[in-house]
Amino acid sequence: MFDVAVIGGGVIGATILRELTKYRLNVCLLEKEADVAMGQSRANSGIVHAGFDAPVGSLKATFNVLGNAMMEDYARELGVKFKRNGSLVVAFSEEELKTLKELKARGELNGVKKLRIISKEELFEIEPSVSKNAVGALLAPTGGIVCPYKLTVAAVGNAMDNGATLLTEFEVVKINKGENAFTITAKDGKSITAKIMINCAGIYSEEIAKAAGDNSFTVGGRKGEYILLDRECGDFVKHTLFFTPTEKGKGILVSPTVDGNIILGPTAEQVSDKNVETSVDGLKDVQEKAAKMCDKVPFGGTITSFAGTRAYCNIHDFIIEESKTVEGLINCAGIESPGLTSAPAIAKFVVEDLVSKFFEMVDNLDFDGQRKPDDFFNNLSVEEKNNIIKENPAYGKIICRCERITEGEIVRAIKTNPPATNVDAIKRRTRSGMGRCQGGFCQPQVVEIIARELNIPIEQVTKSGKGSYLLRGKTK
Amino acid sequence: MRLTCVECPMGCEIEVEVSDGKVLSVKGNTCPRGKAYAENEVICPRRVLTTSVRSADGKMVSVKTAFPIKKSETFAVMEKINKITVTAPVKIGQVVCENISEDINLIATSNLND
Amino acid sequence: MKNYDVIVIGGGPAGLAAAIRAYDLGAEVLIIEREEITGGILNQCIHNGFGLARFKESLSGPEYAARFIDEVCKRDISVMTNTTVLSLSADKKVTAINQTDGIFTLQAKAIILAMGCRERSKGALNIAGTRPAGLYSAGSAQKYVNIKGYLPGKEVVILGSGDIGLIMARRMTLEGAKVHAVCEIMPYSSGLKRNIVQCLDDFGIPLYLNHTVLKIEGNDRVTGVVIAQVDKDKKPIPGTEKHFDCDTVLFSVGLIPENELTKEAGIELCGATKGALVYQNRETTIDGIFACGNVLHVHDLVDFVSEEAEIAGAAAAKYALSGSKERSVVNTFAGDNVSYVLPQKIDKNIEGNVKLFFRVKKALEKCTVKVICGEQVLLEKKKRVVRPGEMENVILPESLVSELGGDISVVLEGKEI
Repeated sequence: MFDVAVIGGGVIGATILRELTKYRLNVCLLEKEADVAMGQSRANSGIVHAGFDAPVGSLKATFNVLGNAMMEDYARELGVKFKRNGSLVVAFSEEELKTLKELKARGELNGVKKLRIISKEELFEIEPSVSKNAVGALLAPTGGIVCPYKLTVAAVGNAMDNGATLLTEFEVVKINKGENAFTITAKDGKSITAKIMINCAGIYSEEIAKAAGDNSFTVGGRKGEYILLDRECGDFVKHTLFFTPTEKGKGILVSPTVDGNIILGPTAEQVSDKNVETSVDGLKDVQEKAAKMCDKVPFGGTITSFAGTRAYCNIHDFIIEESKTVEGLINCAGIESPGLTSAPAIAKFVVEDLVSKFFEMVDNLDFDGQRKPDDFFNNLSVEEKNNIIKENPAYGKIICRCERITEGEIVRAIKTNPPATNVDAIKRRTRSGMGRCQGGFCQPQVVEIIARELNIPIEQVTKSGKGSYLLRGKTK
Repeated sequence: MRLTCVECPMGCEIEVEVSDGKVLSVKGNTCPRGKAYAENEVICPRRVLTTSVRSADGKMVSVKTAFPIKKSETFAVMEKINKITVTAPVKIGQVVCENISEDINLIATSNLND
Repeated sequence: MKNYDVIVIGGGPAGLAAAIRAYDLGAEVLIIEREEITGGILNQCIHNGFGLARFKESLSGPEYAARFIDEVCKRDISVMTNTTVLSLSADKKVTAINQTDGIFTLQAKAIILAMGCRERSKGALNIAGTRPAGLYSAGSAQKYVNIKGYLPGKEVVILGSGDIGLIMARRMTLEGAKVHAVCEIMPYSSGLKRNIVQCLDDFGIPLYLNHTVLKIEGNDRVTGVVIAQVDKDKKPIPGTEKHFDCDTVLFSVGLIPENELTKEAGIELCGATKGALVYQNRETTIDGIFACGNVLHVHDLVDFVSEEAEIAGAAAAKYALSGSKERSVVNTFAGDNVSYVLPQKIDKNIEGNVKLFFRVKKALEKCTVKVICGEQVLLEKKKRVVRPGEMENVILPESLVSELGGDISVVLEGKEI
């Protein structure tokens, strides 16, 4: 029996799981996919928001500002890249300039530091690519960027290193509340029991709550489409550029990613199903809006486009509380933007203020919060690299040419918590296949390495878990 | 009958006049190979078949028919080829299977070392 | 740090031919190859049709490569396989990595870039729909089938009619897959005519010209695609949609020279070819660094790659052994109906004829190629048919080269097909 079962391996579930391992609790994470970070923590802008956007007094505002302040240390501990590149909200009319002043005032009430409205001259100086139609901008130096799925993977990995259990391909279909524990059953019939349960199921959090007997909220899906540009275009902008929010919506953002690409998007389209299809209109919309924000957007450097679904909630604020109807169920639902930014702060609050009511919280003295970065090899000196290659020649063999990823790093991703067991999981940890050829050269080799390390036939290697098989068997 | 010659990358458009299974004239070819191709193509089209065979230890060795085989025989010959297993070493030009179609041999087009 | 006269980066057809030529002219030569064996992409091109121009025989890719590999073996040319070049500097230092030596740096007097090209990825196309398993570039499917012996899928639609796509249509069919359609957005195929005949027509595979993929379906694995006809502006025409059930989509949508190292060294690139700007001896804008083969511009015939590589190999050996001479330069430009001309620069002080390679923008028949300098027509040559998929050339004789009074253009006149 587990003390705590966390449902959902997104960034919220991951950070909560890690926070729980700081105490002597037996905890597990239940994830329906073959890897963590498969929902909105995968296809996400990766922005660490400053915190001027959320309504004053909302949970969003509180956790955003707290999370932003925590993120730098948090990411460093987990060996995940974080960059405080600053955000700019760009105004294109006098009307929008007025809105910037409101945003600044709101931000200051929320506790955001160093906000400043800058002239168009200063704007063009710090961001020469911004459209000459811009009239000014709100500069938020505390805004940052982080890779959402790497943060998730690292938090889960570190939690596992500290004793947490990860159960993948565990799609929760039934929850029975017994006298002292929940029995949680997966689609394939497996079940586990846990004293309390934390619902972090993202766009599925309504279903999970209902399965446990809590009908108090609804969560919908909103699709966002993105375009990703080659690292060659990485210098195109330095700050995260937002449009000034209007009644019609927030528009898209143009931002560097922490790995040096440029990301454009997302669109925002309400969807009934959990569809993650890109559409002709959506991608065109992204291109048009990006072209409105910046001159000469290097669309020729497009390496991929993708779509993700984000949760949105009828309450329009985070729900982070113990269920009013089901004892022992903690809901973390409706975690829309700025959920990524807020995650470390939400995790701390959930564990210290909510979980603590159920257990005597004894410190786990063995807890080690440090995680070796997945890209540690890349950051070594030539001499250090050569020492590693001498010990393990796999680090001398380049598999992914575009991103220069070695066999050693791929094998390590398979053997490190949380283990990568499919091609996309390897890609999320090592960037292998994420470059300009998009896996054209390296995928056959990556597939062979996975098969060898997991000791399975090549035909059983998948792109991203069940059903996503890559090969239809041998020729001949 | 109009044909596109496949003998070389030029892809000449050839016009062949045929009557009672006999070639009366060939026009549009720019070399003798084109003429021969067109004459064969209208009577009994033939192609060199290129594919691969598996070696005993699972590696692939590329092969081709030493001469063009009847196009209509392609899949029947493929079935025969798919049953062949070779053992290393294999050298380019080595006969992998004799008379795979009519009197035409199947030969290796890549090397396989021990 | 070990020194070489000439270091060749890439052991494919270009690198092999260049190395042999450089060695034969007296240079000490090293080939660096990232794969286990040399031969490059030819190793997986097991179809025939290679070498017709050079050997007057129709060879398969591995056979063509073997002719050059055998020649390399006969000579004292050093070959490092399983070695990836990490960086190249303008002063000709090459840093590479492999399993036995780790990361190391070598110094060359001359460098030959022969890294080849890569396939344009599906990601660059912004296709609507999901991103399931079962989407492959034609080249990776070719590697799975021909080298690894695995079939990526059984019900296939191919997007793009480049040669590798056409070749894979036949290859997958022979191995038991059903290829439902090849779909090409342009009004013509970018592949060779004979490949349409012997890879598609022979097997009754339909080619849909002026068609594009509208949408990819399937969550875990591809379950289908929707294609539609496009109008002149490449916009899909409503009502022309066709749906295919399939488990695999292959993309054959163009090749891009792999010039990351080239750029890093500070070599100037040509926007049209996506390769280095070169003189007729294939020397780039950095003295002593040469480029040849598909890293310079994408060829459709390997015979021309070998020819070009020999030019680069000879020039690199000459540079390494006796240094450079003063230049007298004119530029070449692509005129009417021509998309690019290579070399982009002609050094009048270099002896010999200059073969101007070019590609046309659209298919033309009964045409005349003209090389013009200002108002003056230097050269005229008739061509029966020219197609964008097939590289053309015209030879500028030495007598004209040394007399060039200014920049020249290659123009093409003819009737649109």
